[in-house]
Amino acid sequence: MFAYIVRRLLATIPVMGVVALFVFSLLYLTPGDPAVIIAGDFATGDDVARIRAKLGLDRPFGVRFGEWAWAILRGDLGISIFTNLPVTTLIGQRVEPTVALTLSTLLVAVVLAVPMGVLAAWKAGRWLDRLVMGFAVLGFSVPIFVLAYLLIFFFSIYLEWLPVQGYTSISQGFWPFLERLILPSVALGVTYIALIARITRASMLEVLSQDYIRTAEAKGLAADKVLVGHALKNAAVPIITIIGIGIALLISGVVVTETVFAIPGIGRLVVDAILRRDYPIIQGVILIFSAVYVLINLAVDISYTFLDPRIRY
Amino acid sequence: MKLSFSSVLKASALVAAAVLLAPSDATAQSGGKTLRFIPQSDLRVLDPIWTTGYVVRNHAYMIYDVLFAVDADFNVKPQMAEGYTLSDDKLTYTITLRDGLKWHDGAPVTSADAIASLERWSKKDPFGGTLYQNVASVEKVNDKSFKIVLRKPFPLIMDALAKPSSNVPFIMPERVAKTDANEQIKETIGSGPFRFVAGEWVPGVKAVYAKNTDYVPRKEPPSWGSGGKVVKVDRVEWVTIPDTATAAAALAAGEVDWWEQPPGDLVPLLSRNRDIKVENIDPLGSIGIVRFNHLHPPFNNPKMRQALLHVINQRDYLLGIAGDEKNGKPCMSFFTCGTPMASTVGSEVMSAARSLDKGKALVAESGYKGEKVVVLSATDQPIVHAQALLTTDALKKIGVNAEVAVSDWGTLLNRRANKETNDKGGWNIFHTWWVGTDLANPAVNAPMRGNGERGWFGWSNDEELEKLRTAWFDAPDVAAQKKIAEDIQKRGWEVVPFIPTAQFILPTAFRRNIEGVIIAPVTFLWNVEKK
Repeated sequence: MFAYIVRRLLATIPVMGVVALFVFSLLYLTPGDPAVIIAGDFATGDDVARIRAKLGLDRPFGVRFGEWAWAILRGDLGISIFTNLPVTTLIGQRVEPTVALTLSTLLVAVVLAVPMGVLAAWKAGRWLDRLVMGFAVLGFSVPIFVLAYLLIFFFSIYLEWLPVQGYTSISQGFWPFLERLILPSVALGVTYIALIARITRASMLEVLSQDYIRTAEAKGLAADKVLVGHALKNAAVPIITIIGIGIALLISGVVVTETVFAIPGIGRLVVDAILRRDYPIIQGVILIFSAVYVLINLAVDISYTFLDPRIRY
Repeated sequence: MKLSFSSVLKASALVAAAVLLAPSDATAQSGGKTLRFIPQSDLRVLDPIWTTGYVVRNHAYMIYDVLFAVDADFNVKPQMAEGYTLSDDKLTYTITLRDGLKWHDGAPVTSADAIASLERWSKKDPFGGTLYQNVASVEKVNDKSFKIVLRKPFPLIMDALAKPSSNVPFIMPERVAKTDANEQIKETIGSGPFRFVAGEWVPGVKAVYAKNTDYVPRKEPPSWGSGGKVVKVDRVEWVTIPDTATAAAALAAGEVDWWEQPPGDLVPLLSRNRDIKVENIDPLGSIGIVRFNHLHPPFNNPKMRQALLHVINQRDYLLGIAGDEKNGKPCMSFFTCGTPMASTVGSEVMSAARSLDKGKALVAESGYKGEKVVVLSATDQPIVHAQALLTTDALKKIGVNAEVAVSDWGTLLNRRANKETNDKGGWNIFHTWWVGTDLANPAVNAPMRGNGERGWFGWSNDEELEKLRTAWFDAPDVAAQKKIAEDIQKRGWEVVPFIPTAQFILPTAFRRNIEGVIIAPVTFLWNVEKK
């Protein structure tokens, strides 16, 4: 197992290299020149050229990529063109809200979706199943921003229970932290709940038709023990896989959710950077997101061995 | 010891209750009055000389001060300056700083700071640049005084030093002002009524300002950027809320106190809320413009530009931009209506009944060959997009093969700098808008120039316009300036460097417990009280 983990970690290096090359090439080919935006309204062509030279934008692709990659290896993601601050500082300012939102959404989703899927499978074809699957269809269909507005209107404006927007660090108190995460987590989590619930149901249905389940039931085991102890554990591999894949969904959903609820996270950072062609931020954030995604996949693969003893690496 | 499930549950409940009921740091630290303000856009740059962005200008007004400022009657008033004297030959201005000026780090403001700040400003600002072309030297007299020696009389020197909008000649510490004008400053120490709390700045999210308790306001009442800058709150937080519907909800819920520029489509909703006031606090508003690319066919031909003058209906643009005619008015002047240089001379070409026939005739006279006309637009800027759609429609009505090239604003900013032809990523028309102060006279009105490729995007080229502008700077008094401004306008209708589309107001919205809002073309946050 240890050797496998080391092999996988080493394999992430060329993967990240390809990602880095791809990200850099994409931005290199994208129309737009930050020097023009920086130069301002009254700049002459010489001014723009001078700024391009200062930013190193006039040098050949290979030289720029090489310098950028070498800096990254030293942990330097560069300086934001517009804010003049290190990209690592900017990302550091935004990590906590994004991690908090992602984890709270993940928690809400898993805690709700897995039991929903299990119950739906257990009562397949009956009203509870239809209710859960109806919710799943709705969850897939309603865009995050629409649900977000509805939640804001009902819980913040009409009932005045929860704040409309913003983020408070956990260092400023647990309730202020939590109250600003509830609506965003629900808005972001609904699609995710729908996805996990459907996969859980499908996986459970397959397992519940196996002979050993029938045997367990024939032995007189209680339904909860059959469902959780025998069926769910054996149905867990596809569920864990979809939770892992779903994190990619969450990352894309975070961008919209952070914008609607004015949460100062990494999603907003990268969208704003794209609109301004702040290349160092875009490159840094995409690279970090890619690394996170690769590591999550690794964690999912490793978790299989704990859930299914037949899987060996 | 073996723990039972119920004892664990009870202990967990007690811990949860303690955590939830404990006062937060934020609550414990709060005290004094905090004004929460949504600025017109997010603050990412802190240098008001490096960029002309209005949000950066407004940030700078919080933390820096100026030597002179314009009041509501367009008179120049001393601000950091105690006053000035002018030599008999009208070539030497000696400016003296008033007592009590201190930087936020406690050091006194000196004339060396002012000299370095003006020098840096003159390298970026066109009005400042014009002034410094006439400056022989700027010399320190003592720590409180300095003199500006001119090569020839420059009657508008005080108007330049009191320029209210970007780039404003803000005074910075000498060590900061010595930064290359094309590089951003690295310190945010000013001498203005607020201190910038750099440690709490999250670019694009939040900027925090604390009251500068050492600031000594002038005794005069506030009037635009002049007069006493008395701060009546302890702290101001600029909060960026990117989604407009969320911003409206936050204002309605009282999570923020003031939203500087709500979009027109949300104004009716906000107006219906009893806790919110929606007001027009900008007496000059903003001016939308159609800007042509003068380098390439077909708009390198003045007849093509003139053709649109007969077709554009400013009321349509006003509705498209501001949603309601009460949020603005037609303004058929190249200089902002409501300012001294505004004029109706020659405006009949736009105020007369709209005539497609005249437009078509001019298009035919120009020899237009049906080539494609690219109208740039940005869908994330409703003011730009509305104008682009209206202009494209007008062009099509007079037989021009126009199409809208839609993108985001960042892409448009890049593309408009491209001087190539359409097939190489160029363009023919783009739209934007300027705040009224920035089109008020020939000194600041960047699109009303004829300096070709050295000028603003679109690169209008006309020697006559440039001659008239130079003459305007030399005019001895306001009457003479007005006369020349009329001549510039007459010439403008002939060569059409741009077309004004409407003068519109972007209303502001704040909670009813906010008082003391200053009526001015810039949003100032001193004098504002939170009851």
